[in-house]
Amino acid sequence: MTTALIGQPISRVDGRRKVTGAATYVAEFQAPGLVHGAIVRSTVANGRIASIDSSAAQQAPGVIAVLTHQNAPKLAYRAHKGAPDPGIGERLHVLQADRVSHQGQPVALVIAEGLEQAVHAAMLVRVTYAPEAAITDIARAEPVPLTPPSETRRGDPDGALAAAEVKLGQTYVIPRENHNPIEMHATIASWDGDSLTLWDKTQWVHNVADEIAAVFGIPARNVRVISPFVGGAFGSALRTWPHVTLAALGARVAGRPVKIMLSRREMYYGTGFRPHTVQRVALGASRDGRLGAILHNGDQETSTYEEFTEALLNATGFLHSCPNVNTRHRLAPMNVHTPTYMRGPGEASGIFAIESAMDELAVALNIDPVELRLRNEPEQDEFRQLPFSSRSTRECYQAAAERFGWSRRNSEPRSMRDGRQLIGWGMATATYGAGRAPASAMARLLPDGTAEVASAASDMGPGTWTSMTQVAAETLGLPIERVRFTLGDTRLPRAPVHGGSITMASVGSAVQAACRKAREDALARGGGTNDVTEAMRRIGQPVEASVDSTPGDESQRFSMHAFGAVFVEVAVDPDLGETRVRRIVGAYGAGRIVNPKLARSQCVGGMIGGIGMALMEHSVVDGRNGRVSNANFAEYAVPVHADAPPVMDVIFVEEHDPHVNPLGVKGVGEIAMVGVAPAITNAIFHATGKRIRELPVTPDKLL
Amino acid sequence: MHPFTLDRPRDLAAALALRAQAGRNDAPAEYIAGGTDMVQLLQEYVRQPERLVSLAGLLDNRIEIGPQGLRLGVAATMAEVAADPAVVEQFPLISEALLNSASPQVRNQATMGGNLLQRTRCPYFRDVGYAACNKRAPGSGCAAIGGENRWHAVLGTSDDCIATNPSDLAVALVALDAAVEIRGAGGSRSLPLVDFHRLPAATPHIETVLEPGEVIAAITVPASSAARRSHYLKVRDRASFEFAVVSAAVALEMDGARIRQARIALGGVGTKPWRVPRVEAALAGASLEPQSLRQAAALAAENAHGRGHNDFKIELMQRAIVRAVEIAGARA
Amino acid sequence: MAKHHVTTTINGDPVEFLCEPEQTLLDVLRDELGLTGSKEGCASGDCGACSVMVDDRLVCSCLVLGVEVDESTVETIEGMADGDKLHPLQQKFLEEAALQCGICTPGFLIAARALLVKNPDPTETEVRYWLAGNLCRCTGYDKIIRSVLDVASEMKRA
Repeated sequence: MTTALIGQPISRVDGRRKVTGAATYVAEFQAPGLVHGAIVRSTVANGRIASIDSSAAQQAPGVIAVLTHQNAPKLAYRAHKGAPDPGIGERLHVLQADRVSHQGQPVALVIAEGLEQAVHAAMLVRVTYAPEAAITDIARAEPVPLTPPSETRRGDPDGALAAAEVKLGQTYVIPRENHNPIEMHATIASWDGDSLTLWDKTQWVHNVADEIAAVFGIPARNVRVISPFVGGAFGSALRTWPHVTLAALGARVAGRPVKIMLSRREMYYGTGFRPHTVQRVALGASRDGRLGAILHNGDQETSTYEEFTEALLNATGFLHSCPNVNTRHRLAPMNVHTPTYMRGPGEASGIFAIESAMDELAVALNIDPVELRLRNEPEQDEFRQLPFSSRSTRECYQAAAERFGWSRRNSEPRSMRDGRQLIGWGMATATYGAGRAPASAMARLLPDGTAEVASAASDMGPGTWTSMTQVAAETLGLPIERVRFTLGDTRLPRAPVHGGSITMASVGSAVQAACRKAREDALARGGGTNDVTEAMRRIGQPVEASVDSTPGDESQRFSMHAFGAVFVEVAVDPDLGETRVRRIVGAYGAGRIVNPKLARSQCVGGMIGGIGMALMEHSVVDGRNGRVSNANFAEYAVPVHADAPPVMDVIFVEEHDPHVNPLGVKGVGEIAMVGVAPAITNAIFHATGKRIRELPVTPDKLL
Repeated sequence: MHPFTLDRPRDLAAALALRAQAGRNDAPAEYIAGGTDMVQLLQEYVRQPERLVSLAGLLDNRIEIGPQGLRLGVAATMAEVAADPAVVEQFPLISEALLNSASPQVRNQATMGGNLLQRTRCPYFRDVGYAACNKRAPGSGCAAIGGENRWHAVLGTSDDCIATNPSDLAVALVALDAAVEIRGAGGSRSLPLVDFHRLPAATPHIETVLEPGEVIAAITVPASSAARRSHYLKVRDRASFEFAVVSAAVALEMDGARIRQARIALGGVGTKPWRVPRVEAALAGASLEPQSLRQAAALAAENAHGRGHNDFKIELMQRAIVRAVEIAGARA
Repeated sequence: MAKHHVTTTINGDPVEFLCEPEQTLLDVLRDELGLTGSKEGCASGDCGACSVMVDDRLVCSCLVLGVEVDESTVETIEGMADGDKLHPLQQKFLEEAALQCGICTPGFLIAARALLVKNPDPTETEVRYWLAGNLCRCTGYDKIIRSVLDVASEMKRA
């Protein structure tokens, strides 16, 4: 028998390919006769295309075709919505009409032999517009209720707030942020008759196939999607964006495989973003720190053609105990392209508001922020009136506070200094849903004692390749080096979207079930041995098992979430307004940790993402016309090495959750991003006495 | 990139004869040296020259130091100058300013001349999706005025342009009274660096006094005791690899606990590297007391003009001066 | 446009190629020579994913015109391992989870190796500022810093 592999800090099985440059990302695949596409994008936010003159582009060297709404083939655009697509509205149709609804909308596609030729010809396409008034500033938009309206109420929040001994109400603003994975989005499309092969940067190969099949009106089985390595995504590759359609369209017209790779600037116009949100929180409490009322309203930008919503206010209903709660979520339709989920979607934004307000309440009551939360620790999910499948907030507060040294904190703002620097300590609670979706997997034991295991999952970086190999090897009873896991191809058994921290719970459960079945079959046919390698040698032919794994009714019986606590030390230069994070300690109750090395890595990465959110990330939208002013990697600041705190501690508290899924895992990718920003702004308040409610906290806000 | 021909002349005379000019839309060709800024501008179609003239290997890259001061061959890279022991010892301000700029990769490639000639980071200049930019398309207007202008200048602006000069190096050099040697087909000339960049006024597309066919050949920095007691302070949104929100280059000559002479220039706030003589004059004879520093620094704000998002720079630059003087003054 | 004939040495091997003036070294490596280990993350020198060595200098290959490496030596990630034997930095990155999605990893490794050649005993601060030109969105940097420091101290002992 082999030793346990689940829970071991195994190094990445795909690591060697990545450190040698041998891992092949989608833009690097070769297709015979490959040509290149370049997209012409609108420079107005609303209106109609008045004219397009593509004659110069047509004449340019190497140009094969110039497609516009005037000559592009009409596409079927059959109804299709995958899980990441907004439920209400209709996706953007490309090159089908003269209507422009946002900056950067594709208005033409140039196909040319060479990439530079395509880019150059795209610059030669002359487009004029009949512009119309556009709404690109949320302050001038008119928010409307979601469809259906999303307002929740329990108890008497208004009455309780009015009667509260202590109350506060504030507005919290998070600007638009872009995922900015280091790998640009790219697609290679190649037709063979009515069959299409797509190499695409995606977090969900099957959904790309379904969507493109619907767009082109062909059977999904005719579309093969391949995506073995994804160079980061953080949500940007959840949906199938218009450039994928354009690659397939271009390839059909050109009769050659076409590659489209977006530029960094284009990434701000065609692959979604974390929406700008404006949240209003009012809290009412007793003097001894019991929450009496929470009112939490959130307005969020979306496009004119789809209602994108994220779980902005969901955590408000169960994070802290409170008898009277009102949440109201509204959308501001604007002339922007549709936002999408970005790491920790919903919770990362909503909890910034709630956990900032809780800190303000702690200050108002002169109660330690951890103690305030402990006094409002709920016994169950008070919104859904369900028990938590597990909830380790207390353990997280305790473990992180102890590691951090929180008990030495003087609650007085501006009470700690290091030379000129003001030092501040802050904390916040984190949570993220522990979901699971149907997934399928195949396990094939071979007579030589090795195994092939597969599911069409994705690995945008967390380590799906590795963690699935661990689960498979342990379940099969084989050494890890004898198991080969493959993913990222629609020819493999269907997996759900790689997002929302559900991959381990969903695909892992399927892999475990398939491997268990294969092993049982092998042992049953192996003549009495309990050694699967010996059994396979005796059987002499492959033993294969495929399993469709689906969640039960646990999500109806339990409220299932990961919880955590984040503690931060900042240093603020009071004269120059610069803030640097010196220490960050996160404790997470995230169920079973399959690979602590990779999980810790993910958490540290999420913390840096949170530092970016708190201190620098901001897609600066020009309110006059909706263009993103800093659509590059120089002026859109993401954290660099020197921004990484010298101390980054990750603690996984012991948590056994028998309900959540067969593996008992909750996922850590999203929760790692949650709670970091409010912990930082709370620490900034502690350092400076200044409460910053609008992110990011750049030097100008602290002068 | 717009298609271009690339000339790689064998000597400087041949290059100069092509009458190229960095950063001018009306020149028949543009020079390229390290290329770290030019390639970006080409990629984004901000510059669309028909012809590029490579200066690789044609210009002096020596770093020489003598009793008169420092002479930097214009082809020396940022990394070479920053790491040069004599520069580090005698002109630490220059080294600090360079090490606070860009990344190791860019510093290894970018040259002194290119650094002084790099184009503004104004996002409206760099995004051809905007029709209006007087630098890129003279007469087209300025999208930054009335737009997102947190990055923009508060000093030396005009109704036609509020773009900042992005160079850290130039700020340090201007503080140190550096001069540039300019070479053209007709000969050489020299002028103070502070006069090299032009104010935008009504012609923001003409950024320097270089004439067609001229190149910078060298940068000279006079020897001075102030050059050692100096500090380059750079305020930015992240810890490194970012253009300045505000920067201050300070070099001091001290007389005991008092300032004999201060040389101060600002970055991130001016349409060109911005020397502040009024502040310097007020600091002459002053102590390092915060109050007197603060009063002197306030003079930097005379004629400063914010455009909304960048109003904070007027306060921040004063604080940056105070801090940089304090740090430089505390140095031995 | 006339193509330029360029003669170089890449990862120790003589290489000749034809290139358009508009092609960057990164384009040449990836599209003409099939050396796709150098990655494109911005095409503006802001992310470091395309880091290579040209004549022993660490540069962003996206900012270098292909023509300009004529008669130069170029080193890329493909030449970092010694056959099957990984460079100590590659091995350490792999073991310490100093990579996730892997897209920035080749650039980091090239930059880190350049640092250790120049400065075999860097401080933590020196590592942080040297690697500031390489962006990573996944790992949080922490493990990269530790890995480089660990390799430096191991190489010193060896």
